[in-house]
Amino acid sequence: MKLDVVYFAWVRERIGVPRETVETDALSVGDLVAELCAREDRYDLAFSDLSVVRVAVDQTLSDFDAPLKGVRELAFFPPMTGG
Amino acid sequence: MAVRVQSEDFDLGAELEALRAGRTDIGALVSFSGLVRDDTGDLKVLELEHYPGMTESALTEIEVEAHKRWELNATLIVHRFGPLKPGEQIMMVAAASPHRKAAFEAADFLMDFLKSRAPFWKKETGVDGAEWVDAKDTDEDALKRW
Repeated sequence: MKLDVVYFAWVRERIGVPRETVETDALSVGDLVAELCAREDRYDLAFSDLSVVRVAVDQTLSDFDAPLKGVRELAFFPPMTGG
Repeated sequence: MAVRVQSEDFDLGAELEALRAGRTDIGALVSFSGLVRDDTGDLKVLELEHYPGMTESALTEIEVEAHKRWELNATLIVHRFGPLKPGEQIMMVAAASPHRKAAFEAADFLMDFLKSRAPFWKKETGVDGAEWVDAKDTDEDALKRW
C-alpha cells in the first residue's frame, strides 16, 4: 500500500524531506519504522531513539503499535513544545 | 470557542474586547499570553513550526474538553508560527466564565494541554547556531494534575 508520511522539526531535518510517499506492506507503525531503518541510514538517524519520537495517524496522536490498515497520512515528530 | 493559527501578530486587548463585546453574562475573563524570552541575550530568532490541520483540530479538542469541565461563556486560543524575535508575542489563551475560579482553572488547563498536546515545535537560533527546544518532563507531568 501507499502511504503519505510527513516529518516535523529535527525528525524532518534528519530524514531530509518534509513529506514523502512510502510503499510498504508493514502492518503497524513500528513495523514500518523498522523497515525504513533497514532501507536507509537517514531513517536510522531519525529513529535511533523512539522514546523521543511521537506518532500521529491521520492527524491524531497515536503510538508505534497502531495498525496501518486504512491509514492515509502518518506523521513523525519530536515531543511537542507549544505555548 | 475559537482557535486561530497564524503568522501575524495579534492585539491582546482587541481580542479580549471582541470576546466580551455585547455580552452581559461574563463575570470573569482570564487571559494568558506567551512571549519570546531571551535568557542569555544571545537569541536572534525563535522559529515556530507546526502541523497544519492537526494543529487546529488538536487545539479545538483541548477547548472542547475545557468546556466540558468548566462553566465557560467563551474561550479563545491564538497561536503564531514562523520566525519570531525576542519580546514578540507567541500565543494567547482566554477563558470567560460567570465566575473567577472556572476562568482561572480553564485558562491554566488550556495552557498545560496546549504545551504538550498541540503539534508545535520551537527552534532557537542564537549567535552560536540553531537548536531545537526540548520538551520538559515537567510539561508532561503537568497534565496529570487534571
